[in-house]
Amino acid sequence: MTNTYTLHMNLNGADVHVNIYASATLAAVIRDQLGLTGTKIGCEEGECGACTVLVDDMPVDSCIYPALKADGRCVLTIEGLSQDRTLHPVQDAFIAQGAVQCGYCTPGLILSAVALLKHNPHPTEGEIRRAISGNLCRCTGYLSVIRAIQAASTPD
Amino acid sequence: MICEGYVMPSTLAEALALLASKRGDARVVGGGSDLVIQLQRRERSGTLWLVDITRIPGLDRVRIEDSHVIVGATTTFAQLDSSTLIRERASVLAEAAAWVGSPQIRNVGTLAGNVVNAQPAADGAIALAALDAQVEITRASGSHWVPLASLYAGPGMSTVDPTAEIVTAFRFQAQGPHDGSAFERLARRRALALPLINVGACVQLDAEGAVFLSVRIAVGPVAPMPFRAARAEAVLKHRLVSQEAIDDAANMAAAECKPRSSLLRAGKEYRQELVRVLTRRALTRASDRARGH
Repeated sequence: MTNTYTLHMNLNGADVHVNIYASATLAAVIRDQLGLTGTKIGCEEGECGACTVLVDDMPVDSCIYPALKADGRCVLTIEGLSQDRTLHPVQDAFIAQGAVQCGYCTPGLILSAVALLKHNPHPTEGEIRRAISGNLCRCTGYLSVIRAIQAASTPD
Repeated sequence: MICEGYVMPSTLAEALALLASKRGDARVVGGGSDLVIQLQRRERSGTLWLVDITRIPGLDRVRIEDSHVIVGATTTFAQLDSSTLIRERASVLAEAAAWVGSPQIRNVGTLAGNVVNAQPAADGAIALAALDAQVEITRASGSHWVPLASLYAGPGMSTVDPTAEIVTAFRFQAQGPHDGSAFERLARRRALALPLINVGACVQLDAEGAVFLSVRIAVGPVAPMPFRAARAEAVLKHRLVSQEAIDDAANMAAAECKPRSSLLRAGKEYRQELVRVLTRRALTRASDRARGH
């Protein structure tokens, strides 16, 4: 018998109340209960970063993050990045640099990049590499990802 | 993850009362980055309720008290990595924290979780062993400090009873002007990779920076728990600071550590050579820092 709780969080700018099981991970709540499938499930053990979301602007692996930890927090998923059908500058840069191949790692990579640029608007290449070190791309597209983040960090 | 209930107490007293009321069916969780995976794989059974201590105010504070650094149990690796106090007064711990997992893991993983999970290669625990840290354990009956080494019963087995006790803090001597420390690690990649060997070293020199007064070297994973290379430490005590002395200590560390061949890590001969090389590098950087370089 698993207890249920009401999780209150701000998800992509909107207050959300959702009844969840004690055992739910944040990734399961976001995908299966709230229908936001942009957050991907890869390894389910915190190795690949496909499930990365931002909790109070910090990247976390949502597949191993107990959902109740998000109670009272602000959660941002890939669906919350664009505003009024306008893509976020990091999303635009990923497209312009061809930084997307199969796309499975892309939501996590973009959110890691967004978190980096929020805290450090002009990162070095080393800082960029470290910031995305928890996001694995098996299409081997890291160089174009790094170029995209560099492009998004430098105003035109 | 497998659990029946999940509670986030806002005080230590409330957390202890919850554990007591569940009589062994509840256990403490910090960031959950190890425990959630173990529960998903059913590697840890019998846990029905999780008591999350990360919402207890003040439990993630780093502070200096008298000459000791006190690190709260739920301090994350990201906090340790970015703490000026830790970088300046316990560089070995800041450097170890920077190596843990990935940014996503460092944002949630806690120092206490790293210790209670009891892996002999845990970067945070190797740094704490080099710092000769003590650990504060809190039970319903009160709190007391114990040596870090006393918490290890075997690989992955802690003497802390997470159904009744809470690790609440770590403390160790803050590094002074003639102290230095450093952490070294080799893994297949720079993130999300098990260490083949990791080494933490702390040195204290005399005021002239010429003689080793005391040295502590911790190595992992070469034993069922974080290993203090005591014979290598003894090689340096009261010796003049020199490359030759550091080389002698590194050779002794390689001789006294017994790494095993592991498909996950590397062969024992290679890993033994790594003990020598990484001990030399850690001692060299720690000594340079102690001399103000």
